[in-house]
Amino acid sequence: MSEPCDHKQLDEILQKYDCDPHSIIAILQDTQEVFHYLPADIFDYYSERLGMSRAKIFGVATFYENFSLQPKGKYVIKVCNGTACHVRNSMPILEQLRSDLGLSDKKETTDDLMFTVETVSCLGACGLAPTMTVNDKVYGQMTPEKAEQLVKELKGDGADAGK
Amino acid sequence: MLESREALRAAREKYRALLNSQKKKILICAGTACVAGGSLKIYDEFLRLAREKGIPVSVDLEHESGGDSVGIKKSGCHGFCEMGPLVRVEPKGYLYVKVKPSDCGEILETSIVNDECVDRLVYCEDGEIHKRQDSIPFYKRQNRVVLENCGHLDAASIGEYLALGGYAALEKALFEMTPEDVLHEVEISNLRGRGGGGFPAARKWAQVRQQDSEKKYIVCNGDEGDPGAFMDRSVMESDPHKMLEGMILAAYACGADEGYIYVRAEYPLAVKRLGIAIEQARKFGILGGHILGTDFSFDIRICRGAGAFVCGEGTALTASIEGSRGMPHVKPPHMVEHGLYGKPTVLNNVETYANVAKIVLNGGAWFRTIGPENSPGTKVFALTGNIRNTGLIEVPMGTTLREIIYDIGGGMRGGAEFKAVQIGGPSGGCLTKEHLDLPLDFDSLRKVGAMIGSGGLVVMDEHTCMVEVARFFMSFTQNESCGKCVPCREGTKRMLEILERITAGNGRPDDIELLGELSETISATALCGLGKTAASPVVSTLRYFRDEYEAHIFEKRCPTGTCKKLRRIYIDASLCRGCSKCARGCPVGAITGVIKKPFAIDGDKCVKCGACLTACAFHAVKEG
Repeated sequence: MSEPCDHKQLDEILQKYDCDPHSIIAILQDTQEVFHYLPADIFDYYSERLGMSRAKIFGVATFYENFSLQPKGKYVIKVCNGTACHVRNSMPILEQLRSDLGLSDKKETTDDLMFTVETVSCLGACGLAPTMTVNDKVYGQMTPEKAEQLVKELKGDGADAGK
Repeated sequence: MLESREALRAAREKYRALLNSQKKKILICAGTACVAGGSLKIYDEFLRLAREKGIPVSVDLEHESGGDSVGIKKSGCHGFCEMGPLVRVEPKGYLYVKVKPSDCGEILETSIVNDECVDRLVYCEDGEIHKRQDSIPFYKRQNRVVLENCGHLDAASIGEYLALGGYAALEKALFEMTPEDVLHEVEISNLRGRGGGGFPAARKWAQVRQQDSEKKYIVCNGDEGDPGAFMDRSVMESDPHKMLEGMILAAYACGADEGYIYVRAEYPLAVKRLGIAIEQARKFGILGGHILGTDFSFDIRICRGAGAFVCGEGTALTASIEGSRGMPHVKPPHMVEHGLYGKPTVLNNVETYANVAKIVLNGGAWFRTIGPENSPGTKVFALTGNIRNTGLIEVPMGTTLREIIYDIGGGMRGGAEFKAVQIGGPSGGCLTKEHLDLPLDFDSLRKVGAMIGSGGLVVMDEHTCMVEVARFFMSFTQNESCGKCVPCREGTKRMLEILERITAGNGRPDDIELLGELSETISATALCGLGKTAASPVVSTLRYFRDEYEAHIFEKRCPTGTCKKLRRIYIDASLCRGCSKCARGCPVGAITGVIKKPFAIDGDKCVKCGACLTACAFHAVKEG
């Protein structure tokens, strides 16, 4: 992504953690909360400010599943594929969402940056299996039909869901 | 800021009096599952209606002036997630299930104003009505020690925790016991780590205590990564102070002054509630410098994980707290000597710490009266899968699987037959019908090749394909392998390939043997605990369900019809009327025929979607 980030925002995050390299994971988490992904030019900036190599920061960013180097959609849908959801048939829900939005396991985000569909190993809401989340809001006892309906609502205006 | 024992006692009395002045209470479950079911809307609706009706309401114990009022509060997880959102009305103890915002008016009118029960909202099983929680079979057989407060108190209120006797163990320890005494009680209790391994907590603590080091750490592992487990999430969300109290006691016993809680990022609510609890504890002088006016200081920080299963492994977890890639390293040196930032570190999981306060308060001997000799205490299990009552349960160690599945869980969902239960997540194994009467404790499970793990119990019925389950776990482990050691990185990859080809109908005759060989090698040579147990689901399914593997490989047949690629769909010519409905609905044009004559499916074109199965009105399309 070519657009440079506003360093003021990055500085605020760094200050919150006293420019402590040990807090790099928390710093990256806060950064991702602002931009919804990790823009490429933060690596140079953080490397300089934190006195740690770009390689090390990049290593951390690529190790953990929660970090994304690609921009994500406005609505991030995570379908739980933990054991409990799996045995209660979570995969048809994922397939339904992917086919509705023209996505696949290779392409997780729609071109208009509205939707990202991914899987998550367990949300810990197994009592409601199968579950999924839209921007951290949990939806339980899902079916492919309910998922389809939800996407339709989000496409409509999304005023209520997912916020 | 409470600066003495007397101040703490006075605060407890104050909140107890305030709590008692709430003659009636409405407790709305605000655990993750019930929130997903809309419980926060129910809470808002209760508040709105109560104010509209002019009923005096108390929502927050810390900021109420007292006087008779109705307490309306967001409680932690009640455990019966299947039936959520749950609402309980005290003191009568009515438990309402699957409550909707539109029910709130009736509950207020009937149960608060008139003290009666709303019969249509109570739980009903097999025609029997259960107005109160304690008569419901799901709860009746439980013994709640760790979860005793879950669902009974407002998780965001330190006042309620104090009023219910919270921090009494800390008080006792700081003013009546030496650190050695605390350690000694935990030793007597024989509390074993609830995170999986079952290592005696006191032995870990004693080792850290012995270390000659200025700096020591107490770390809590809240990185509950096992899919199908949510015990720790519920404790952190519902009774965070209980866990903090356990950590503070551990710090006192070991001489540590700094602690970390590592929570997985998938649990935002737990992070939030823990954050609130820590803030409150600091404000009350229960965390920070000179706790309750003594010379003992201890503070806790929260570290959020970033989505890596391997971080549940001790050395990877500390690497992650230090801001590195969460990769495990070789032991020794052990955590107790060379842990976080190279300092002696106690690492226990959430449930272990949550047991400590009661042990210190009631004595280690009390703890040993629960459960069997070598695995005393209770265990919290997350009961999920194809079972009727899903949710969170706590039973004495040594309870049999039969009691859990049939008495508490209410048997199988939809009347299906029990097949197996996966215990201990991807590192554990499966138990079958022959194990129904096996007592669940650390040692008896180890004997049959399974482990208690953190306590996830995923129940599977006759329609579950065990080869597919093994493939599922292997794909999880392979995906989560950190890649540091070859046996785990390459071994799980190869095992997954083999399992994938078996479930796709391309299994080879020597695949079973090859899987066995790979399992042995990985278990013997992988670097960390997670790698060593990566093959466990395969080993245990092979041991108990070898016939299913053989059916997939030699007969190209999935006995349960789960593996899509092994499905064979055909038309029974004797039943087909030749209406062409199936052919018109087939997405790939695999069905052809002449009207009023039997149609046929081209097996090469068929993608086994099953559309024709549901389309046929004469049940002529069959699967087998």
